Amino acid sequence: MGAEHEGLEGGPGERNQPSGGEALAEAQVRPRVRLEVFEGPLDLLLHLIKKHELDITDIPIAAITEQYLAYLDLMRELNLDIAGEFLVMAATLLLIKSQTLLPEEARTDEEDEGEDLRADLVRRLLEYERYREAAAALAERPLLFRDVFARDPAWDPELVGVEELPWLRVSLWELLEALRRVLARAREVPLQEVSRERVSVRDRVRFVLDRLSGAGRLDFEELFPQRATRLEIIVTFLAILELARLRAVRIVQEAPWGPIAVRLEVEDPSAVRFEELDEYEACDAGGSNDGGRERT
Amino acid sequence: MGDAKEPEPAASSEAVGSEERLAGILESVLFAAGEPVSLRRLVEILGGPPAAQVRAALMRLAARYAAPERGIRLEEVAGGYQLRTARENAEWVRALFRDRPRRMGRAALETLAIIAYRQPVTRAEIEAIRGVDAEAVLAGLLQRDLIRVCGRKETVGRPLLYGTTERFLELFGLPDLNALPALREIAEGASGNAAAAEGASAGGETADSAAENSQCGGDRLAAGSRATDPGGEGAGEPAHGDGARGQGGPVS
Repeated sequence: MGAEHEGLEGGPGERNQPSGGEALAEAQVRPRVRLEVFEGPLDLLLHLIKKHELDITDIPIAAITEQYLAYLDLMRELNLDIAGEFLVMAATLLLIKSQTLLPEEARTDEEDEGEDLRADLVRRLLEYERYREAAAALAERPLLFRDVFARDPAWDPELVGVEELPWLRVSLWELLEALRRVLARAREVPLQEVSRERVSVRDRVRFVLDRLSGAGRLDFEELFPQRATRLEIIVTFLAILELARLRAVRIVQEAPWGPIAVRLEVEDPSAVRFEELDEYEACDAGGSNDGGRERT
Repeated sequence: MGDAKEPEPAASSEAVGSEERLAGILESVLFAAGEPVSLRRLVEILGGPPAAQVRAALMRLAARYAAPERGIRLEEVAGGYQLRTARENAEWVRALFRDRPRRMGRAALETLAIIAYRQPVTRAEIEAIRGVDAEAVLAGLLQRDLIRVCGRKETVGRPLLYGTTERFLELFGLPDLNALPALREIAEGASGNAAAAEGASAGGETADSAAENSQCGGDRLAAGSRATDPGGEGAGEPAHGDGARGQGGPVS
Protein backbone atom coordinates (compact mmCIF):
# COMPACT_ATOMS: atom_id res chain seq x y z
CA MET A 1 0.00 0.00 0.00
CA GLY A 2 2.26 2.71 -1.19
CA ALA A 3 1.11 6.11 -0.22
CA GLU A 4 0.49 7.34 -3.67
CA HIS A 5 -0.82 4.74 -5.95
CA GLU A 6 -2.12 6.27 -9.03
CA GLY A 7 -3.15 4.45 -12.07
CA LEU A 8 -6.42 2.95 -12.89
CA GLU A 9 -6.18 -0.57 -11.66
CA GLY A 10 -9.00 -0.01 -9.24
CA GLY A 11 -9.19 -2.29 -6.29
CA PRO A 12 -12.40 -3.83 -5.12
CA GLY A 13 -14.95 -1.76 -3.38
CA GLU A 14 -15.08 1.30 -5.55
CA ARG A 15 -17.52 1.29 -8.36
CA ASN A 16 -18.82 4.66 -9.19
CA GLN A 17 -20.17 3.61 -12.48
CA PRO A 18 -23.04 1.39 -13.14
CA SER A 19 -21.49 -1.33 -15.21
CA GLY A 20 -21.83 -0.98 -18.93
CA GLY A 21 -19.50 0.83 -21.27
CA GLU A 22 -16.99 -0.02 -18.58
CA ALA A 23 -13.34 0.32 -19.34
CA LEU A 24 -13.47 3.45 -21.39
CA ALA A 25 -16.06 5.26 -19.37
CA GLU A 26 -14.31 4.40 -16.18
CA ALA A 27 -10.98 5.56 -17.44
CA GLN A 28 -12.52 8.89 -18.26
CA VAL A 29 -14.25 9.34 -14.99
CA ARG A 30 -11.55 8.19 -12.69
CA PRO A 31 -9.23 10.92 -11.58
CA ARG A 32 -5.54 10.33 -11.34
CA VAL A 33 -5.45 11.34 -7.75
CA ARG A 34 -5.95 8.41 -5.49
CA LEU A 35 -5.77 8.36 -1.81
CA GLU A 36 -5.45 5.20 0.13
CA VAL A 37 -7.16 4.90 3.41
CA PHE A 38 -5.13 3.58 6.29
CA GLU A 39 -7.75 4.36 8.84
CA GLY A 40 -10.44 1.83 9.47
CA PRO A 41 -14.16 2.04 10.17
CA LEU A 42 -13.57 2.12 13.93
CA ASP A 43 -11.37 5.15 13.41
CA LEU A 44 -14.15 6.89 11.52
CA LEU A 45 -16.69 6.03 14.21
CA LEU A 46 -14.42 7.33 16.96
CA HIS A 47 -13.93 10.49 14.96
CA LEU A 48 -17.69 11.00 14.74
CA ILE A 49 -18.15 10.21 18.42
CA LYS A 50 -15.46 12.66 19.46
CA LYS A 51 -16.68 15.34 17.14
CA HIS A 52 -20.15 15.22 18.59
CA GLU A 53 -18.85 14.68 22.10
CA LEU A 54 -20.81 11.50 22.52
CA ASP A 55 -20.40 8.77 25.07
CA ILE A 56 -19.06 5.63 23.43
CA THR A 57 -21.21 3.44 25.62
CA ASP A 58 -24.34 5.32 24.66
CA ILE A 59 -24.12 6.04 20.96
CA PRO A 60 -27.22 7.31 19.20
CA ILE A 61 -27.08 4.60 16.59
CA ALA A 62 -29.44 6.12 14.06
CA ALA A 63 -27.62 9.43 13.88
CA ILE A 64 -24.18 7.86 13.83
CA THR A 65 -25.22 5.45 11.11
CA GLU A 66 -26.42 8.32 8.94
CA GLN A 67 -23.16 10.14 9.36
CA TYR A 68 -21.10 7.08 8.79
CA LEU A 69 -22.90 6.33 5.54
CA ALA A 70 -22.53 9.91 4.40
CA TYR A 71 -18.77 9.65 4.81
CA LEU A 72 -18.78 6.37 2.97
CA ASP A 73 -20.66 7.94 0.07
CA LEU A 74 -18.21 10.78 -0.05
CA MET A 75 -15.26 8.41 -0.02
CA ARG A 76 -16.81 6.49 -2.83
CA GLU A 77 -17.36 9.64 -4.81
CA LEU A 78 -13.74 10.62 -4.34
CA ASN A 79 -12.60 7.21 -5.45
CA LEU A 80 -10.88 6.51 -2.18
CA ASP A 81 -9.89 2.95 -1.59
CA ILE A 82 -12.65 1.73 0.59
CA ALA A 83 -11.70 -1.42 2.39
CA GLY A 84 -14.28 -4.15 2.75
CA GLU A 85 -14.22 -3.53 6.49
CA PHE A 86 -16.03 -0.25 5.93
CA LEU A 87 -18.87 -2.04 4.22
CA VAL A 88 -19.09 -4.70 6.91
CA MET A 89 -19.34 -1.96 9.50
CA ALA A 90 -22.03 -0.21 7.48
CA ALA A 91 -24.06 -3.41 7.42
CA THR A 92 -23.55 -3.89 11.15
CA LEU A 93 -24.68 -0.36 11.92
CA LEU A 94 -27.75 -0.72 9.75
CA LEU A 95 -28.65 -3.98 11.45
CA ILE A 96 -28.29 -2.53 14.91
CA LYS A 97 -30.27 0.49 13.87
CA SER A 98 -33.11 -1.52 12.36
CA GLN A 99 -33.44 -3.65 15.47
CA THR A 100 -33.37 -0.84 17.94
CA LEU A 101 -36.32 0.61 16.08
CA LEU A 102 -38.47 -2.37 16.98
CA PRO A 103 -40.48 -2.11 20.16
CA GLU A 104 -39.03 -4.35 22.80
CA GLU A 105 -41.98 -6.72 23.07
CA ALA A 106 -41.92 -7.30 19.34
CA ARG A 107 -38.38 -8.56 19.40
CA THR A 108 -37.61 -12.20 19.10
CA ASP A 109 -34.49 -13.89 20.32
CA GLU A 110 -32.94 -13.41 16.97
CA GLU A 111 -33.55 -9.74 17.16
CA ASP A 112 -31.76 -9.51 20.44
CA GLU A 113 -28.79 -10.07 18.27
CA GLY A 114 -28.97 -6.35 17.65
CA GLU A 115 -28.25 -5.71 21.30
CA ASP A 116 -25.33 -8.14 21.18
CA LEU A 117 -23.94 -6.49 18.10
CA ARG A 118 -24.21 -3.16 19.75
CA ALA A 119 -22.45 -4.33 22.90
CA ASP A 120 -19.76 -5.86 20.76
CA LEU A 121 -19.31 -2.65 18.83
CA VAL A 122 -19.03 -0.63 22.04
CA ARG A 123 -16.44 -3.04 23.35
CA ARG A 124 -14.41 -2.79 20.17
CA LEU A 125 -14.55 0.99 20.21
CA LEU A 126 -13.42 1.16 23.81
CA GLU A 127 -10.65 -1.31 23.15
CA TYR A 128 -9.44 0.53 20.08
CA GLU A 129 -9.60 3.84 21.87
CA ARG A 130 -7.15 2.75 24.57
CA TYR A 131 -4.63 1.70 21.99
CA ARG A 132 -5.07 4.98 20.20
CA GLU A 133 -4.30 6.73 23.46
CA ALA A 134 -1.31 4.46 24.01
CA ALA A 135 -0.07 5.31 20.53
CA ALA A 136 -0.46 9.01 21.23
CA ALA A 137 1.52 8.60 24.45
CA LEU A 138 4.27 6.81 22.56
CA ALA A 139 4.45 9.62 20.05
CA GLU A 140 4.98 12.06 22.91
CA ARG A 141 8.11 10.31 24.04
CA PRO A 142 11.52 11.69 23.08
CA LEU A 143 11.98 9.86 19.80
CA LEU A 144 15.45 8.98 18.67
CA PHE A 145 16.45 11.03 15.64
CA ARG A 146 13.44 13.25 16.03
CA ASP A 147 13.88 14.71 19.51
CA VAL A 148 17.13 13.21 20.66
CA PHE A 149 20.16 12.04 18.74
CA ALA A 150 22.81 9.47 19.31
CA ARG A 151 25.94 8.47 17.50
CA ASP A 152 24.62 4.98 17.07
CA PRO A 153 26.30 3.49 14.00
CA ALA A 154 23.58 0.84 13.73
CA TRP A 155 20.91 3.42 13.06
CA ASP A 156 19.83 4.87 9.84
CA PRO A 157 17.86 7.99 10.66
CA GLU A 158 15.85 7.29 7.55
CA LEU A 159 14.43 4.29 9.30
CA VAL A 160 12.74 6.29 11.98
CA GLY A 161 9.64 7.42 10.21
CA VAL A 162 6.94 5.09 9.05
CA GLU A 163 4.68 7.46 7.32
CA GLU A 164 1.63 6.48 5.40
CA LEU A 165 0.81 9.64 3.53
CA PRO A 166 3.72 11.95 4.08
CA TRP A 167 2.00 14.80 2.32
CA LEU A 168 -1.14 14.74 4.36
CA ARG A 169 -0.78 16.49 7.68
CA VAL A 170 -4.34 16.39 8.74
CA SER A 171 -6.77 13.74 9.78
CA LEU A 172 -8.50 12.27 6.76
CA TRP A 173 -11.86 12.48 8.49
CA GLU A 174 -11.50 16.13 9.28
CA LEU A 175 -10.46 16.83 5.73
CA LEU A 176 -13.55 15.02 4.47
CA GLU A 177 -15.62 16.89 7.02
CA ALA A 178 -14.34 20.18 5.63
CA LEU A 179 -15.16 19.00 2.13
CA ARG A 180 -18.69 18.14 3.20
CA ARG A 181 -19.15 21.65 4.52
CA VAL A 182 -18.14 23.05 1.17
CA LEU A 183 -20.35 20.59 -0.68
CA ALA A 184 -23.29 21.62 1.45
CA ARG A 185 -23.24 25.00 -0.27
CA ALA A 186 -22.84 23.58 -3.77
CA ARG A 187 -24.87 25.20 -6.50
CA GLU A 188 -27.65 23.08 -7.86
CA VAL A 189 -27.21 22.28 -11.53
CA PRO A 190 -30.20 21.62 -13.75
CA LEU A 191 -30.15 18.03 -14.86
CA GLN A 192 -29.74 18.63 -18.57
CA GLU A 193 -26.69 20.76 -17.90
CA VAL A 194 -24.98 18.08 -15.89
CA SER A 195 -24.15 15.82 -18.75
CA ARG A 196 -22.30 18.58 -20.52
CA GLU A 197 -20.40 19.86 -17.54
CA ARG A 198 -16.73 19.23 -17.87
CA VAL A 199 -14.13 20.07 -15.33
CA SER A 200 -10.54 19.03 -15.43
CA VAL A 201 -8.21 18.52 -12.53
CA ARG A 202 -5.60 20.32 -14.57
CA ASP A 203 -7.67 23.52 -14.72
CA ARG A 204 -8.42 23.29 -11.06
CA VAL A 205 -4.76 22.84 -10.18
CA ARG A 206 -4.05 26.04 -12.07
CA PHE A 207 -6.91 27.76 -10.29
CA VAL A 208 -5.76 26.68 -6.83
CA LEU A 209 -2.19 27.73 -7.54
CA ASP A 210 -3.34 31.12 -8.78
CA ARG A 211 -5.30 31.76 -5.65
CA LEU A 212 -2.48 30.64 -3.43
CA SER A 213 0.26 32.50 -5.21
CA GLY A 214 -1.24 35.74 -3.98
CA ALA A 215 -2.00 34.78 -0.41
CA GLY A 216 0.52 32.05 0.27
CA ARG A 217 -1.92 30.45 2.63
CA LEU A 218 -5.68 30.18 2.54
CA ASP A 219 -8.33 28.50 4.58
CA PHE A 220 -9.41 25.29 2.93
CA GLU A 221 -12.90 26.59 2.26
CA GLU A 222 -11.68 29.75 0.60
CA LEU A 223 -10.14 27.70 -2.17
CA PHE A 224 -13.51 26.82 -3.59
CA PRO A 225 -15.38 29.26 -5.79
CA GLN A 226 -18.49 30.62 -4.16
CA ARG A 227 -20.88 29.47 -6.85
CA ALA A 228 -19.24 26.16 -7.54
CA THR A 229 -21.17 23.10 -8.51
CA ARG A 230 -20.76 19.83 -6.74
CA LEU A 231 -18.54 18.55 -9.51
CA GLU A 232 -16.35 21.63 -9.44
CA ILE A 233 -15.93 21.25 -5.72
CA ILE A 234 -14.97 17.60 -5.95
CA VAL A 235 -12.48 18.23 -8.71
CA THR A 236 -10.99 21.21 -6.91
CA PHE A 237 -10.58 19.00 -3.88
CA LEU A 238 -8.78 16.40 -5.96
CA ALA A 239 -6.59 19.14 -7.39
CA ILE A 240 -5.61 20.20 -3.88
CA LEU A 241 -4.75 16.63 -2.99
CA GLU A 242 -2.71 16.28 -6.13
CA LEU A 243 -0.81 19.46 -5.34
CA ALA A 244 -0.16 18.20 -1.85
CA ARG A 245 1.13 14.95 -3.25
CA LEU A 246 3.45 16.88 -5.54
CA ARG A 247 4.51 18.82 -2.42
CA ALA A 248 3.52 22.06 -4.02
CA VAL A 249 1.13 22.76 -1.16
CA ARG A 250 0.70 21.46 2.31
CA ILE A 251 -2.61 20.76 3.97
CA VAL A 252 -2.33 21.66 7.60
CA GLN A 253 -4.39 21.90 10.69
CA GLU A 254 -2.74 23.94 13.36
CA ALA A 255 -4.91 22.91 16.25
CA PRO A 256 -6.98 19.82 16.93
CA TRP A 257 -10.44 20.43 15.48
CA GLY A 258 -9.17 23.76 14.20
CA PRO A 259 -9.68 25.06 10.69
CA ILE A 260 -7.80 23.38 7.87
CA ALA A 261 -5.53 25.55 5.78
CA VAL A 262 -3.64 25.05 2.57
CA ARG A 263 -0.18 26.54 2.34
CA LEU A 264 1.89 27.11 -0.74
CA GLU A 265 5.18 25.26 -0.41
CA VAL A 266 6.98 26.30 -3.58
CA GLU A 267 8.56 29.58 -4.56
CA ASP A 268 7.37 29.56 -8.11
CA PRO A 269 3.90 28.13 -8.63
CA SER A 270 4.28 28.21 -12.40
CA ALA A 271 7.06 25.68 -12.17
CA VAL A 272 4.81 23.03 -10.71
CA ARG A 273 4.57 20.14 -13.11
CA PHE A 274 1.29 18.35 -13.37
CA GLU A 275 1.09 17.11 -16.92
CA GLU A 276 -0.50 13.80 -16.32
CA LEU A 277 -3.78 14.83 -14.86
CA ASP A 278 -6.84 13.31 -16.40
CA GLU A 279 -10.10 14.97 -16.89
CA TYR A 280 -12.83 14.26 -14.49
CA GLU A 281 -16.11 14.23 -16.24
CA ALA A 282 -19.47 15.17 -15.09
CA CYS A 283 -21.38 12.03 -15.71
CA ASP A 284 -21.06 10.60 -12.26
CA ALA A 285 -21.39 13.80 -10.37
CA GLY A 286 -24.89 12.93 -9.33
CA GLY A 287 -24.82 9.22 -8.96
CA SER A 288 -25.90 7.85 -5.67
CA ASN A 289 -24.07 10.49 -3.78
CA ASP A 290 -26.26 13.49 -3.99
CA GLY A 291 -28.92 11.88 -1.92
CA GLY A 292 -30.18 13.89 0.98
CA ARG A 293 -27.55 12.72 3.38
CA GLU A 294 -26.21 15.98 4.52
CA ARG A 295 -25.59 16.43 8.16
CA THR A 296 -27.97 15.03 10.64
CA MET B 1 17.92 -2.46 36.56
CA GLY B 2 18.55 -4.30 39.76
CA ASP B 3 21.48 -6.56 39.31
CA ALA B 4 21.14 -9.47 41.66
CA LYS B 5 24.07 -11.65 40.92
CA GLU B 6 27.00 -9.31 40.67
CA PRO B 7 30.21 -10.07 42.53
CA GLU B 8 30.58 -8.64 46.02
CA PRO B 9 32.17 -5.24 46.17
CA ALA B 10 35.85 -5.85 45.71
CA ALA B 11 38.92 -3.78 46.32
CA SER B 12 40.20 -4.51 42.86
CA SER B 13 39.46 -1.16 41.33
CA GLU B 14 43.12 -0.14 41.19
CA ALA B 15 43.23 -0.79 37.45
CA VAL B 16 40.87 2.05 36.75
CA GLY B 17 41.75 4.09 39.78
CA SER B 18 39.37 6.46 41.45
CA GLU B 19 35.63 6.88 41.03
CA GLU B 20 36.37 9.99 39.04
CA ARG B 21 38.60 8.11 36.71
CA LEU B 22 36.00 5.39 36.35
CA ALA B 23 33.35 7.90 35.30
CA GLY B 24 35.75 9.33 32.74
CA ILE B 25 36.48 5.93 31.26
CA LEU B 26 32.80 5.12 31.03
CA GLU B 27 32.22 8.41 29.30
CA SER B 28 34.86 7.57 26.69
CA VAL B 29 33.48 4.08 26.15
CA LEU B 30 29.90 5.25 25.78
CA PHE B 31 30.88 8.06 23.47
CA ALA B 32 32.80 5.69 21.22
CA ALA B 33 30.07 3.06 21.26
CA GLY B 34 27.23 5.31 20.21
CA GLU B 35 24.74 2.54 20.77
CA PRO B 36 23.44 1.50 24.18
CA VAL B 37 25.91 -0.59 26.14
CA SER B 38 24.68 -2.90 28.86
CA LEU B 39 25.96 -2.75 32.38
CA ARG B 40 27.22 -6.30 32.01
CA ARG B 41 29.28 -5.38 29.01
CA LEU B 42 30.70 -2.31 30.74
CA VAL B 43 31.75 -4.39 33.71
CA GLU B 44 33.39 -6.81 31.32
CA ILE B 45 35.25 -4.06 29.52
CA LEU B 46 36.51 -2.48 32.70
CA GLY B 47 37.63 -5.83 33.96
CA GLY B 48 37.86 -5.05 37.63
CA PRO B 49 35.40 -2.87 39.43
CA PRO B 50 32.23 -4.66 40.49
CA ALA B 51 28.94 -3.87 38.85
CA ALA B 52 27.73 -1.83 41.80
CA GLN B 53 30.69 0.46 41.51
CA VAL B 54 30.31 0.80 37.75
CA ARG B 55 26.68 1.59 38.24
CA ALA B 56 27.49 4.20 40.82
CA ALA B 57 29.95 5.77 38.40
CA LEU B 58 27.31 5.78 35.68
CA MET B 59 24.92 7.54 38.02
CA ARG B 60 27.58 10.10 38.81
CA LEU B 61 28.17 10.65 35.12
CA ALA B 62 24.45 10.91 34.42
CA ALA B 63 24.04 13.47 37.18
CA ARG B 64 26.83 15.54 35.72
CA TYR B 65 25.22 15.45 32.30
CA ALA B 66 21.89 16.43 33.76
CA ALA B 67 23.15 19.94 34.40
CA PRO B 68 21.14 22.46 32.39
CA GLU B 69 24.13 23.83 30.51
CA ARG B 70 25.04 20.44 29.08
CA GLY B 71 23.82 19.29 25.68
CA ILE B 72 24.33 15.58 26.19
CA ARG B 73 22.38 13.24 28.43
CA LEU B 74 23.22 9.80 29.66
CA GLU B 75 20.06 7.74 29.24
CA GLU B 76 19.06 4.23 30.09
CA VAL B 77 17.52 2.71 26.98
CA ALA B 78 17.00 -0.73 25.50
CA GLY B 79 18.72 -2.45 28.38
CA GLY B 80 21.84 -0.31 28.30
CA TYR B 81 23.34 3.13 28.67
CA GLN B 82 23.61 5.57 25.84
CA LEU B 83 24.75 9.13 25.31
CA ARG B 84 22.05 11.17 23.61
CA THR B 85 21.54 14.81 22.80
CA ALA B 86 19.28 16.84 25.03
CA ARG B 87 15.71 16.96 23.83
CA GLU B 88 15.48 20.74 24.11
CA ASN B 89 18.24 21.08 21.53
CA ALA B 90 16.53 18.91 18.94
CA GLU B 91 15.82 21.83 16.64
CA TRP B 92 19.49 22.63 16.14
CA VAL B 93 20.64 19.06 15.81
CA ARG B 94 17.95 18.50 13.25
CA ALA B 95 19.21 21.45 11.27
CA LEU B 96 22.50 19.61 11.01
CA PHE B 97 20.83 16.90 8.99
CA ARG B 98 19.47 17.93 5.68
CA ASP B 99 16.29 15.93 5.64
CA ARG B 100 13.21 16.84 7.47
CA PRO B 101 12.52 14.30 10.13
CA ARG B 102 10.05 11.75 8.99
CA ARG B 103 7.06 11.39 11.16
CA MET B 104 5.58 8.18 12.18
CA GLY B 105 2.13 7.75 10.72
CA ARG B 106 -0.82 7.09 12.95
CA ALA B 107 -1.50 3.62 11.58
CA ALA B 108 2.11 2.65 12.23
CA LEU B 109 2.05 4.09 15.73
CA GLU B 110 -1.20 2.40 16.64
CA THR B 111 -0.04 -0.92 15.30
CA LEU B 112 3.22 -0.55 17.18
CA ALA B 113 1.35 0.26 20.38
CA ILE B 114 -0.86 -2.80 20.02
CA ILE B 115 2.14 -5.02 19.46
CA ALA B 116 4.09 -3.46 22.32
CA TYR B 117 1.32 -4.01 24.83
CA ARG B 118 -0.02 -7.33 23.64
CA GLN B 119 2.99 -9.12 22.34
CA PRO B 120 3.28 -11.78 21.22
CA VAL B 121 0.36 -11.00 18.99
CA THR B 122 -0.91 -12.19 15.62
CA ARG B 123 -1.86 -10.08 12.67
CA ALA B 124 -5.49 -11.15 13.08
CA GLU B 125 -5.49 -9.87 16.66
CA ILE B 126 -4.05 -6.55 15.56
CA GLU B 127 -6.63 -6.27 12.82
CA ALA B 128 -9.41 -7.10 15.23
CA ILE B 129 -8.44 -4.11 17.33
CA ARG B 130 -7.79 -1.58 14.58
CA GLY B 131 -10.57 -2.92 12.41
CA VAL B 132 -8.52 -2.64 9.26
CA ASP B 133 -5.99 -4.64 7.29
CA ALA B 134 -2.54 -4.58 8.88
CA GLU B 135 -0.41 -6.18 6.22
CA ALA B 136 1.21 -3.08 4.75
CA VAL B 137 1.84 -1.47 8.10
CA LEU B 138 3.39 -4.66 9.51
CA ALA B 139 5.65 -4.89 6.48
CA GLY B 140 6.83 -1.32 7.08
CA LEU B 141 7.50 -1.94 10.75
CA LEU B 142 9.33 -5.19 10.02
CA GLN B 143 11.44 -3.48 7.43
CA ARG B 144 12.41 -0.84 9.94
CA ASP B 145 13.29 -3.47 12.47
CA LEU B 146 10.84 -2.09 15.00
CA ILE B 147 8.99 -5.38 15.24
CA ARG B 148 9.90 -8.94 14.51
CA VAL B 149 8.38 -12.32 14.05
CA CYS B 150 9.02 -14.21 17.22
CA GLY B 151 7.24 -17.46 16.59
CA ARG B 152 3.98 -19.02 15.60
CA LYS B 153 0.84 -19.33 17.58
CA GLU B 154 -0.23 -22.90 18.18
CA THR B 155 -3.70 -22.53 16.77
CA VAL B 156 -5.31 -23.28 13.46
CA GLY B 157 -3.09 -22.08 10.67
CA ARG B 158 -0.21 -21.46 13.07
CA PRO B 159 -0.21 -17.71 12.43
CA LEU B 160 2.97 -15.70 12.94
CA LEU B 161 3.43 -13.93 16.22
CA TYR B 162 4.87 -10.45 16.34
CA GLY B 163 6.81 -8.72 19.06
CA THR B 164 8.75 -5.50 19.39
CA THR B 165 12.50 -5.32 19.00
CA GLU B 166 15.25 -3.64 20.95
CA ARG B 167 15.20 -1.01 18.22
CA PHE B 168 11.71 -0.19 19.28
CA LEU B 169 12.87 0.43 22.85
CA GLU B 170 15.73 2.52 21.59
CA LEU B 171 13.56 4.57 19.29
CA PHE B 172 11.14 5.46 22.06
CA GLY B 173 13.82 5.84 24.71
CA LEU B 174 12.53 3.02 26.90
CA PRO B 175 14.84 1.04 29.20
CA ASP B 176 12.65 -2.04 28.77
CA LEU B 177 9.07 -3.03 28.08
CA ASN B 178 8.11 -2.59 31.70
CA ALA B 179 8.75 1.10 31.26
CA LEU B 180 5.80 1.39 28.91
CA PRO B 181 3.18 3.59 30.51
CA ALA B 182 0.27 1.55 31.81
CA LEU B 183 -2.52 0.99 29.36
CA ARG B 184 -5.69 2.66 30.48
CA GLU B 185 -8.18 0.28 31.98
CA ILE B 186 -11.59 0.16 30.45
CA ALA B 187 -13.81 1.62 33.12
CA GLU B 188 -15.74 -1.20 34.70
CA GLY B 189 -18.86 0.77 35.34
CA ALA B 190 -18.87 2.43 31.95
CA SER B 191 -20.80 -0.36 30.36
CA GLY B 192 -21.55 -3.68 31.88
CA ASN B 193 -22.13 -5.07 28.45
CA ALA B 194 -18.87 -3.82 27.14
CA ALA B 195 -16.88 -5.18 30.02
CA ALA B 196 -18.64 -8.50 29.87
CA ALA B 197 -18.21 -8.83 26.17
CA GLU B 198 -14.55 -8.04 26.51
CA GLY B 199 -12.57 -11.03 25.49
CA ALA B 200 -15.18 -12.20 23.05
CA SER B 201 -13.50 -11.44 19.77
CA ALA B 202 -10.25 -9.55 19.99
CA GLY B 203 -9.66 -10.55 23.54
CA GLY B 204 -10.64 -14.12 22.96
CA GLU B 205 -7.61 -14.75 20.91
CA THR B 206 -5.45 -13.28 23.57
CA ALA B 207 -6.92 -15.42 26.24
CA ASP B 208 -5.42 -18.57 24.86
CA SER B 209 -2.21 -17.07 23.65
CA ALA B 210 -0.59 -18.54 26.70
CA ALA B 211 -0.29 -21.54 24.43
CA GLU B 212 2.06 -19.77 22.10
CA ASN B 213 5.58 -20.80 21.70
CA SER B 214 8.01 -19.92 24.37
CA GLN B 215 10.45 -18.07 22.21
CA CYS B 216 8.16 -15.09 22.22
CA GLY B 217 7.71 -15.01 25.93
CA GLY B 218 11.41 -15.22 26.50
CA ASP B 219 11.88 -12.67 23.84
CA ARG B 220 9.63 -10.23 25.45
CA LEU B 221 11.53 -10.29 28.66
CA ALA B 222 14.87 -10.21 26.97
CA ALA B 223 13.77 -7.38 24.76
CA GLY B 224 15.52 -5.09 27.16
CA SER B 225 18.85 -5.99 25.70
CA ARG B 226 19.56 -4.42 22.40
CA ALA B 227 22.50 -3.07 24.26
CA THR B 228 25.82 -4.52 23.28
CA ASP B 229 25.86 -7.66 25.30
CA PRO B 230 27.61 -10.64 23.82
CA GLY B 231 26.52 -12.74 26.74
CA GLY B 232 23.01 -12.10 25.52
CA GLU B 233 21.53 -12.62 28.92
CA GLY B 234 19.75 -9.36 29.03
CA ALA B 235 22.06 -7.57 31.40
CA GLY B 236 20.80 -9.48 34.34
CA GLU B 237 17.32 -8.22 33.74
CA PRO B 238 15.10 -9.96 36.20
CA ALA B 239 11.83 -11.22 34.84
CA HIS B 240 9.98 -8.61 36.76
CA GLY B 241 6.62 -7.12 36.18
CA ASP B 242 5.42 -9.81 33.87
CA GLY B 243 2.12 -9.96 35.63
CA ALA B 244 1.65 -6.28 35.16
CA ARG B 245 1.90 -6.27 31.45
CA GLY B 246 1.71 -9.79 30.19
CA GLN B 247 -1.12 -10.70 27.98
CA GLY B 248 -3.07 -11.69 31.03
CA GLY B 249 -2.65 -8.18 32.37
CA PRO B 250 -4.74 -5.11 31.88
CA VAL B 251 -5.77 -6.25 28.46
CA SER B 252 -8.15 -8.98 29.34
